Amino acid sequence: MTAPAAYQVSHLDALEAESIFVMREVVAEMERPVLLFSGGKDSIVMLRLAQKAFAPANIPFPVMHVDTGHNFPEVLEYRDQRVAELGLQLIVASVPEALSKGLVRESADGMRNRIQTPVLLDAVEKHRFDALFGGARRDEEKARAKERVFSFRDEFGQWDPKNQRPELWALYNGRHHPGESIRVFPLSNWTELDVWHYIARERIPLPSIYYAHQREVIERDGMLYAVNEFFRARAGEQPFKAQVRYRTVGDASCTAAVRSDADTVEKVIEEVAATRITERGATRGDDRVSEAAMEDRKREGYF
Amino acid sequence: MSVETVAPAEADASARPMDLLRFATAGSVDDGKSTLIGRLLYDTKSLFTDQLAAVEAVSAARGDEYTNLALLTDGLRAEREQGITIDVAYRYFATPRRKFIIADTPGHIQYTRNMVTGASTADLALILVDARKGLVEQSRRHAFLCSLLRVPHLVLCVNKMDLVDWSQEVFEQIADEFTAFAAKLDVPDLTVVPISALQGDNIVTRSENMPWYEGPSLLHHLERVHIASDRNLVDVRFPVQYVIRPQSTTVTDYRGYAGQVASGVLKAGDEVMVLPSGFTSRIAAVETADGPVEEAFPPMSVTVRLTDEIDISRGDLICRPNNAPTVAQDIEAMICWMDETRPLQVGGKYAIKHTTRSARAIVRGLHYRLDINSLHRDETAGELKLNEIGRVRLRTTVPLLADEYRRNRTTGGFVIIDEATNRTVGAGMIVEAG
Repeated sequence: MTAPAAYQVSHLDALEAESIFVMREVVAEMERPVLLFSGGKDSIVMLRLAQKAFAPANIPFPVMHVDTGHNFPEVLEYRDQRVAELGLQLIVASVPEALSKGLVRESADGMRNRIQTPVLLDAVEKHRFDALFGGARRDEEKARAKERVFSFRDEFGQWDPKNQRPELWALYNGRHHPGESIRVFPLSNWTELDVWHYIARERIPLPSIYYAHQREVIERDGMLYAVNEFFRARAGEQPFKAQVRYRTVGDASCTAAVRSDADTVEKVIEEVAATRITERGATRGDDRVSEAAMEDRKREGYF
Repeated sequence: MSVETVAPAEADASARPMDLLRFATAGSVDDGKSTLIGRLLYDTKSLFTDQLAAVEAVSAARGDEYTNLALLTDGLRAEREQGITIDVAYRYFATPRRKFIIADTPGHIQYTRNMVTGASTADLALILVDARKGLVEQSRRHAFLCSLLRVPHLVLCVNKMDLVDWSQEVFEQIADEFTAFAAKLDVPDLTVVPISALQGDNIVTRSENMPWYEGPSLLHHLERVHIASDRNLVDVRFPVQYVIRPQSTTVTDYRGYAGQVASGVLKAGDEVMVLPSGFTSRIAAVETADGPVEEAFPPMSVTVRLTDEIDISRGDLICRPNNAPTVAQDIEAMICWMDETRPLQVGGKYAIKHTTRSARAIVRGLHYRLDINSLHRDETAGELKLNEIGRVRLRTTVPLLADEYRRNRTTGGFVIIDEATNRTVGAGMIVEAG
């Protein structure tokens, strides 16, 4: 029988199979896993993989959103709809709540990227999660290029890049002591283009801001930021209407849009295939601070 | 860099599905490995302008005379400060034919540990040598490790051909010497390519500077090297990862065994045996979330249902009654030790992870430590330190369902974990079980 083309699978099928394997390993070996779900495309793809990994049973873990309070309404709406459809338990780790309790303090520039880390770690401790699925990919950023699929965190939630466990074959070491945890990255080997191809193939709906739309923006440091209640134009910055879409979805105060006419998934794939700027480089004010911005945040426990 | 590029990955993947090639690169900084990787990424349009701009800016600030492409892969602060590569970095690029995952392993410090890690999942390994220096001790070590880890395809890139005047004689001497060495190692497939990573010769297109070379360019080889036959489609091995039993009112009496096919082909109707119990049954269905599939083969993640209700749990293995792995507690294995703090010692007790199975093991004996430069066996060795390789005898608390590593990289490989620190301290390749 010659059936599936001489027993070969496409690269997307191979990536999917690997991610499903990783998710099943976690559920089989860890006590209390949780999936970090932001409503961004990578976490949406992760959720689809989780559905596939455990079908016909339900996804056997809750999802958690670290909510900075600076949200795109389209994304929050999507999050709630998706959670309801899948009958998931949603845990919201809220930065505004932590601010009002005095757990964290607003940083001088108003960006909440850094202060979401203690909020995340607090929720991990409270719920005693020992495995956190994150949607990070190794192609995103060079500190991430060296991170393991199963990435150990000490009792302070810290990553020690120089002291990582060797990871061989598909043998993932999730052993840890109480209070320690493992961040798990099932999409480690996916690229931005793979994610989009998968979204197209699986016909996965996304928040509308991923597709081209008209938005009022200002230009700052060469990036286009939407003007909204979290992001005000400074003196001399003239808001204007532009046709844009978001390549990443993060905190609304530090995530920029890109000019785009791509209003369908096919057009987005064409655009991503042709683009010459990384998605974080094009859209994230928070990565621009220094060469090692991501590594420093990850050491502190950022996802 | 030159502007000769190939088209980026096609937007429409469904037009012609790409397959996936994982390869590991080995060589020291001086061999031009970073330049080669930079060149592959650049020429396949996988290098982004903001990444390049960041590297250029840092290079200029450090006073480098040229854009130091090593900075692309040196992602950690300590690496950039010290100018060394610490860890395996993964890189991605694609051409219309294939998607590539590079495990870029550093050449100098702790190189054995990193190289073994990178090679463990590689379909192909790429070893670089400097044409001016020829084979060095490290090239032989890299080749040995690739053969130990059973990487099916090996490519030797003789780099910096521009600095030896594109000399055919220099190239052939290195190629011959390496081929002779590889013959001793049981390397199934070897290709040797003369290149200049800096100038782009024989990387994407055939070099005009070396008309005497009649082989393919490096990328041409990477795109076409035949990997489909590397998979073992003969021995059915399905380690059970997780039992799916929906607690639901709509799906009742469902019991499926989830896992990734390690080798062989599974299909409905096949008679199977479950280890370690030895019970036999038939496959009722092979399922995925998208519906049943006719056949499952590596690397598919599927759910297998059997016609009989038998007690199966994680760590069990589904195979064929007439083709089963060895069920054994006494294991002979080659070990690569990876822990800097404590050596492997005879009498030492460790946790081990083999397929989806966990066990404890005691080191019953160390037969020898292998000098990986001379391949000499030191039978007087009493321990294995960081980066040392030796042959040991283990006794496990529960039986492993084991194949020889040379026959099956999944059911033949295991990791050793220190039970006190939980760190992964060793990699094992089964030589003999039983």
